Amino acid sequence: MPEHTAEETHGSPTHEVRDFLRRRREQIAQRWADEPLFRSVFTVSRDEAVEAGKAVVDALAEVADAGRVDDPDAAGFSGVREQLARMGVARGRAGLTAAQVSSELATLRQPVENLLLSDIGEAPAEHVRACATTLTVLMGTLRVVVMQTALSEGEALIDRQRLQLLEVATPVIKLWDGIVAVPLIGTLDSARSQVVMETLLQSIVEQQARFAILDITGVPTVDTLVAQHLMKTVAAARLMGAECIVSGIRPAIAQTIVHLGLDLGTVITRAGLADALKYALHQLGADIVGPTANGTGHR
Amino acid sequence: MPTGAGVEARLPIRSDMDLVWVRQHVRQAAAQLGFGLVDQTKLVTAASELARNTLVHGGGGHMESEPVVSGGVRGLRLTFSDEGPGIADVERALSDGYTSGGGLGMGLGGARRLVHDFAIETVPGAGTTVRVTSWTARPPRQREEH
Amino acid sequence: MSEAFSGPVAGHVPVLRLGDVLMVTLQGDLHDSTAQQLQQDLAETITHSGATGVIIDISGVEIVDSFLGRVLAEIAAQASLLAARTVVVGMRPAVAITLVELGLTLPGLRTALSTEVAMDLLTQGAPRVGVRRESP
Repeated sequence: MPEHTAEETHGSPTHEVRDFLRRRREQIAQRWADEPLFRSVFTVSRDEAVEAGKAVVDALAEVADAGRVDDPDAAGFSGVREQLARMGVARGRAGLTAAQVSSELATLRQPVENLLLSDIGEAPAEHVRACATTLTVLMGTLRVVVMQTALSEGEALIDRQRLQLLEVATPVIKLWDGIVAVPLIGTLDSARSQVVMETLLQSIVEQQARFAILDITGVPTVDTLVAQHLMKTVAAARLMGAECIVSGIRPAIAQTIVHLGLDLGTVITRAGLADALKYALHQLGADIVGPTANGTGHR
Repeated sequence: MPTGAGVEARLPIRSDMDLVWVRQHVRQAAAQLGFGLVDQTKLVTAASELARNTLVHGGGGHMESEPVVSGGVRGLRLTFSDEGPGIADVERALSDGYTSGGGLGMGLGGARRLVHDFAIETVPGAGTTVRVTSWTARPPRQREEH
Repeated sequence: MSEAFSGPVAGHVPVLRLGDVLMVTLQGDLHDSTAQQLQQDLAETITHSGATGVIIDISGVEIVDSFLGRVLAEIAAQASLLAARTVVVGMRPAVAITLVELGLTLPGLRTALSTEVAMDLLTQGAPRVGVRRESP
């Protein structure tokens, strides 16, 4: 280390930290590799952890170089964002709370600061303090980046799982040759309505179903958005050459529909699933006749 | 994780032949980024509407396509630009049934419903730029426009 | 999706004749001019042949935008003026969802899931699904 004597040999604290990070890249990565955060995420080999550490140090140096130590959106982070997210998510899956992950991240600062102080300890106290503060800010920003990316990764995971759940929760049942039905149970939000629409239309093709019954007996409420989705499903089915029947509109829902001023005029509706099936069978030319011919007859 | 290679492109829109290339490019780019079949179809259809607008009303122009990421969600951004006469009344042009080109009048307004983000910039006499973005998952928090 | 890589289809779409019904199969990505050409060709063929029905199979079509939607609607309208009924067959679910979202429900258009059903619709005067039970 050259002697730090004159004021002009000390660049700005940000540049000092940047140079330090570049110079001590290897050592910092080595120390981080022993920290629980790196150790538990990169379990294959220590080298892997060291490499990952180096990538993070490089990113920090780049951010410092750009003078954006307090900016979590700094371009320098983009290269390691995915890796950081993976680390955050891995710790989350291991059962750590966000606060615990955050404090694990906080422990990364100390070894770096120790190195920094041993490097520039000779410089004027003012300068040392300024550099330490810059480093603290930079490490704080890194924490924010990890928490941000981990959160959005988590959200994406939840979204994916939600979608999978939706698909599972939307069975399409073949009731007869050319007739399929979807019994809808539970709240219909926009995402679920979309899945219902796609699943139903797909099964219309697969089963060559001329009639599709949407039974909403198990749906507690219908709002404008859901009603619109039902109408869109009916319209799309028609374009494909199939007719939708909506069954199981409970009195409360009928009231809501009227109250909201929604016009279901072009949609075929029936009180129950059985009525809808009977209607569809009849349209297909297969009427239900009771053994004693007293089913619905008039005689 | 799919890469963005091959998604970035700049395609001319000068003839109805070019519309076909625009559709095929958007289809392949969307598939590559991991869009589902329905979302692919919506995006390709929107691109077709917008490219036709560029051709018919803008007197030709080009489309730029680029992959985008926001909040960990991947998306495809398409920008249609022309140096045509521009649109005097954007609100009206976006409403259904408005047509000046002999279509069903669903072009702009319809395209807007098929994408997640829609922005239009038009200067009468200087041209029109329409920028649309769709996301592979639910739209991320920071959206350009509702 | 291998068809996505096939080049644009330009020129004429063949029109087949099966008895009184004309059959058209659209495939892949259609050129605007090809669609317009088809509209003209069909009008002429209906007039010459005296066909009473037209079946347009679009199961091989990946997207229908407002332009092609308009062409289909116009084909049906002009066929009807020439005393022929049109059935559009095999629209894919993704295409149907997109058209509805686009705001094109094409109310005047007859549709069917398969050419068999379409044939039934066209050859039996009135669609079978319309037959009602006699009332008491």
